[in-house]
Order: sequence, then structure tokens, then C-alpha cells
Amino acid sequence: MLVKIRTEAEIFMRRNLGIILALLILCIIMSVNPITRNTFLTERNVFNVLRQISSNLYLACGMTMVIILGGIDLSVGSIIALSGCISAGCVVRYNMPIGAAIVVGILVGLCIGMFNGLVISKTTIPPFIVTLATMNIAKGFAYVYTGGSPVRVVTREWQFLGAGHIGIVPTPVVILVIVLIVTGLIMNSTKIGRHIYAVGGNMQAAAFSGINVAKTKFLVHAYSGIMAGLAGVVLASRMYSGQPTAGDGAEMDAIAAVVVGGTSMSGGTGTIGGTIIGALIIGVLNNGLNLLNVNSFWQFVVKGSVILLAVFVDYLKNKNSKQ
Amino acid sequence: MNEKAILEMKNISKSFPGVKALQDICFELRPGEVHALLGENGAGKSTLIKALGGIYQADAGEIFIDGKKANINGVRAAQEHGISIIHQELVLVPHMTVAENIFLGREHGRGFIIDRNEMVRKAQELLSAHDINIDAAMLVGKLTIAQQQMVEIIKAISFNSRILVMDEPTSSISDKEVDQLFETMRGLTEKGVGIIYISHKMSELDQICDRVTVLRDGQYVGTLNVSETSKDQLIALMVGRELVNYYTRDYLEPGKVVLKCENIADNDTVKGVSFELREGQIIGMAGLVGAGRSETAKCIFGLTKNYTGDIYIDGEKARIKTPMDAMRYGIALIPEDRKREGLYKVQSVKFNSTIEVLSQFIKGIFVNQLKEYEITRKYIDMMSTKTPSQLQIIGNLSGGNQQKVMIGRWLATNPKILILDEPTRGVDVGAKSEIYAIMNQLVKEGMAIIMISSELPEIINMSDKIYVMRNGQITGCLDHTEAVQERIMELAAH
Repeated sequence: MLVKIRTEAEIFMRRNLGIILALLILCIIMSVNPITRNTFLTERNVFNVLRQISSNLYLACGMTMVIILGGIDLSVGSIIALSGCISAGCVVRYNMPIGAAIVVGILVGLCIGMFNGLVISKTTIPPFIVTLATMNIAKGFAYVYTGGSPVRVVTREWQFLGAGHIGIVPTPVVILVIVLIVTGLIMNSTKIGRHIYAVGGNMQAAAFSGINVAKTKFLVHAYSGIMAGLAGVVLASRMYSGQPTAGDGAEMDAIAAVVVGGTSMSGGTGTIGGTIIGALIIGVLNNGLNLLNVNSFWQFVVKGSVILLAVFVDYLKNKNSKQ
Repeated sequence: MNEKAILEMKNISKSFPGVKALQDICFELRPGEVHALLGENGAGKSTLIKALGGIYQADAGEIFIDGKKANINGVRAAQEHGISIIHQELVLVPHMTVAENIFLGREHGRGFIIDRNEMVRKAQELLSAHDINIDAAMLVGKLTIAQQQMVEIIKAISFNSRILVMDEPTSSISDKEVDQLFETMRGLTEKGVGIIYISHKMSELDQICDRVTVLRDGQYVGTLNVSETSKDQLIALMVGRELVNYYTRDYLEPGKVVLKCENIADNDTVKGVSFELREGQIIGMAGLVGAGRSETAKCIFGLTKNYTGDIYIDGEKARIKTPMDAMRYGIALIPEDRKREGLYKVQSVKFNSTIEVLSQFIKGIFVNQLKEYEITRKYIDMMSTKTPSQLQIIGNLSGGNQQKVMIGRWLATNPKILILDEPTRGVDVGAKSEIYAIMNQLVKEGMAIIMISSELPEIINMSDKIYVMRNGQITGCLDHTEAVQERIMELAAH
């Protein structure tokens, strides 16, 4: 048994060697560079990085499943805005208890995710188009609901979710750990997890196998919605307000983390472990560039290049192993 | 026949990391001959063809064309030397016309303006020159597979090719279309074209091939004249040992009726099909492509939504609306098109083996990995599947081994009724024989099997009873003792 688990870990290491090395090299550069040496490995900075990537990883958890399924979910960024605004609105405008407001925020995400899932599973409209539409709809509702200005929350308890700590660990990081464990379990240890890989790998074969393809798609999109709703609430908490501009472009960062993490856009393969490494690379890179005081305009260029490089190395590796 | 070779490949070798794919292969093609290239999957046929087509570079060896040394360093160079390859999977653009496909990349016209009429006229000329009755202005997507193949051939010829490679051209067309294809091939050889022919169907060799070269495990075994060689001899050369019993079948007295279909129809291809299947029995479903055999199977397996007619399992009426229902009744269907309908190509052998029986080892979030391993092991052993490990990506296995995993996957569901749709398509002879032996073993244990196949020899040699279908209906039922190819074809053809 132990031997077998090790071989699966080995396979993971071998398949993701490129990005694991990239992450290590990135960390080593940061820890020896004289400018960042004293700050990078401090407890504060490490938690800072983890907190910054947590929202992205919530989204990326759902996105990994969606992409393995062979689809894409563009609506998650807008869901962040809408769920954050409504959740904040519940506290400020309707005086709801914080807990209930958080649940409402997550439910908003779930509803949009379920709607995506419903359309995608019942029709053959490409997920790209469906979620492009709901992306605009959700964003629109966020503006309509707020009138374009942030919904400020002054209650202190509201900030616990995004800016608070449990012990020394920031709350979003604690939530992140839970989310990762849940996602990992779903993908690796449940029937539905296998079904996701099967549907993404070969939809027709999955239908021949008696797998409920429509249900699988529906559940995955619903899960992606929940993750986006959660990210929205956490972000609104951290910013003391629900903002209709929150989460702009967040879907792209999530997709980047998933793809850098080795999940194939054509579906069927990918791991949550890879996605974690992908998000870490992007997170550490952002942090490093900030610590190095790199002009924020240039940061985009560097980030894009690193994404391309990571995927390219992966491509070269696959090309060689195929021949 | 001109004895001077148009193509000579000498001592071709090619290695991939860890594998010697080709070792000192020699091959010679004369003008006007059809030369079969024979070997099991993994014997090196495709690698050799790819070296000829410029897709791979051989590590060692030389290629001579018309006696002159040729340096084939790319697909372009191969084309310029008059080599054309027609791949098993057709590569025509369905949304373009026949003419546009034939002249793809070398459109006729001035500058950027394409002269469509001129192209259609030229294409039509080419088609009629080879007695092919296809409208050059038709969209390729509207043609049958066989017609598309003809277009591929014409496209190849239009490059003035003199060396034509055909990779399993008959794997997905009906017998009548095969005759037409052979007719076209004969026309080409009369004009001095040399054809390299790859096929798993031994029966075709006599009909169309002059010589045959056998490869095994990347090595050259020999070149023989087809007319002087028996089928058994060839199989022995390919497999490297004498196959004592190619077909294994012990006919037993069948048991009670397990499946009875009455008037199955799907408002489209299937028009009222009734038959009975008994325990311990194999029934063969013969017929041309499009006769409605696979479609009937899809109704029984719940893959067709609105079919009519009644299905009785063990004498009781069954309600089968989805594959899940069918599986509950103990039915398993191993689909015809392994790549499209069966394989999870990017996943491991283990994943592919256990996807139907997840409930046996996953409870909630608890995976019994040992059980998963054992289930996979059991069916790898039972089918004698050759795979380096359970974690091997199934796409890297040979067709025969992929098919064995598919069969194992469905046997794991413990079915009472097994429907095999083209169980040996794209499977090499050694593995074929093994699959037959397993089928025999299964019916001995009481399973009931429906085998749909376009290969008449296997239908005749494996079935207790043979149902022949034509145009969505059963046109005859023959006992295995009275079945001969001619009789079946009579019932199958219009």
C-alpha cells in the first residue's frame, strides 16, 4: 500500500517537475536577494502571500474542476462583486446577522453557478458563451444593486472573515485550508470526482458508461459558483465594503493558476495539487515584484511572461515524453 | 509487371527513448503492385510508414526512389518524391467541397481570387478518369466514409503520386464499398502506381495484394508472394508462433432465454427487430454498415431515448430508459468506436478499468485503494492485458490491449448479457484469438453474448446463431452449421 501511494506521489512530482522547480527557484531567489532577503521569509510576509492568493485559490478550486470537465467559467469574477455587494447590503441595509449575510452571499454564488450549470448541462451552448453572458449579467446586477458606489460596512465583526486571525493565522488562510481539503477530497476520493475526469476525458464514453453527464456538469458549475460566492464575501470583508468593481479580471487569474498548474484546457487531466503550485507561483511572483519595488505596469509583463514560460516548459516536457 | 522497384527502403532503424521501434527493416515496392505490410499492433508498421512519409526521421538506413537515393526530411519532401499517405483517420475538411478538398493548399486561380468553377471542373475530370461517381461540388461532410476515402485517393493521385500508402482503408466501410475501393486500386496499379497496403483483415490479402512483407517487434520477418502463402503461415509469421486454434468455440446446449426483444424500432434506422438470446449462447449480428445493428444495441442499452418495442429480461418486461437501467438489468455494451465511445485516453489503465464499478470501492469519501488495485489486477490478468503498470496512460497501449481493458471494464460489472460491437476492430491477430477464447470461456460460464461484427469469418466461427440485418430489419437467421459467407451476404445485400 505504502509503495503504491508513493508511486502516485512520484507521478505527481514527475508530471509537475517543471512548475515545482520554478516555484523553488523563485523562492530561492527571493530568499538570497539582498533586497528581499530580510523580508521574504518572515512570518508576516508568508501569511501575507497566503492571504493574497487565498481568494484566487478559492476560485481556482472550482475552476480546476470546470476546466477538467473541458469547460471554462468566466462568471466567477463578477460573482465576487455581486455576492460581496449583496452580502454587505444584507448587513447594512437589512440589519441581518453577519452569519446570515455571509450565507446569503455564498448562496448568490451558488445560484449563478447553478444557472450556468443548468444551461450548460441541458443545452450544447459552449460554456464559454454561457458564462460570458452570466459574467455580464452578474456584473450588471452588482452595479444596479449598489448604484455604482461601495456598500460600506462599519461593524467590526464583519472584518473577521477577511481581515481577522485565528491564532496567528489569517482567517482567509484557515478557510483556504478547509476549501483545499474539501476540493481535494471531492476530486480524488469520491465517485463524482471520477465522473468529472471521465466526462472531461471523453463525454461520449461517459454516457456509454452510464454516468449522468448532465448532473456532473451541473454540480461542478454549482461548486464553482459556491467558491466564487465565498471569495466575494471574504473579499468584501477584507475591504470593509461590498464593491461592484471587486473581482474584476479575477477569473483570468484563476484560469492562469489552473493552467500553470498543469491542467489541460482540453479537459480530462489536471490535479488540485498542480493548481496550488500554480497559484503559489503567481502569488510569490506578485509578492516578490512588490518587495523589489518593480513598477506595477511592468509587473503585468513579468507575470504574463512567467505564465507563458511555465506552460512552455510543460509543453516541451510533454513533447519529449511522447516521442 | 516491371521488376525494377520504384521504392526501396534499406536497413531502416529508428529508436525512441527506451524502445527500438525499427531494426534494419528492408522493404521494396514495384510499380503496379499492391504490397501488403503485415504485423501485429506495435510491430512497427506505422513507424515505417511515418519514416517514409517524412513524419519521422530514421536513425539509420537509406531510402531509394527509382534507384536514386532520396533524402526525405519532411512531409513536403515526401510529397515531392511522389509519396502519398492515406491515413486511417480521414483528414478532409467536412465543410468544404470535394474540389476544394482535393486542391487544398494549391487552389486554382489568379492571385487571391479563386476560380471555383475551374477547380470543380478539374476535380470532376480527375474523378471521372478513375470512374468515381461523386459530384465535385458536393460538401465532403455529406459523403459516406467510403466516398470520402475515394476523395482522399484522388487527392493523393492529384499530386502525381506514384507511391501510395493506405493505412487500414477498409476498417470502417461495408463489403460492397470495399469492392469499389479495390476496383479503384486496380485501376491505379494498371497505371503503374505502387500501393503499400496495411490491413488487419487477412481475407483481403488474396483479393488485392501481390506480395506481403511481415514485421514483428520492429524487425523484418520476410517478404512473400501472396499467391504462394497460406493464411495460417502468415499468422504464424506475425505472431511468431503457431496459433493452434485461432477460433476457440465449444458449442454447448444453450440455457433459458435471458433476453427477448420484440419489435424494437427507433423511428430512424431500426425498423422492428425481434430476436431471442439464451444463456450460454453467442448470437452474431451480421449486416452491412448502416443496417441498424449498432443502433439496435443502443436501444437495448438505453442510449436511444425514444425507442419503441418491448424488451424482456428473464421473461419479465424490462423498462430501460438509460444506460443505468440497462446496467441494473445486467446488460453491458462494449461500443463499436473505442476511441470515441469507450476510452478515457488521457487516463490510466486503472481509471479506465474501474470507472463502471466505483461503488465497489468508494464509499462516500473513503477510497479502498487496495480493492481498486485488486479489481484492476483481476481483469488485467483475466484478459492478459500487456501494460507496464496500472498507472500507465491507456492512450499509450496498443489497440488490442486497449480493447482488452474495455472488455475487462465491462466484465467487472458482472453482466449477464454482454453486447460486443465490433470487438476485434483494429486489434491484431494474436489479441483477436485471445478475445475469442475469452468469449468462449464466458459463455461456458453461462453468460449470453451478442456479437455485432463486420468480419464474417469471426461471426461464422464464433456464433451459435447468426441474425442478418438489412435496412433496420432482420432478414434471416442462420444456425452456425448452415452459415456460409455467400448465404449471409445474400441476406445482407439489397
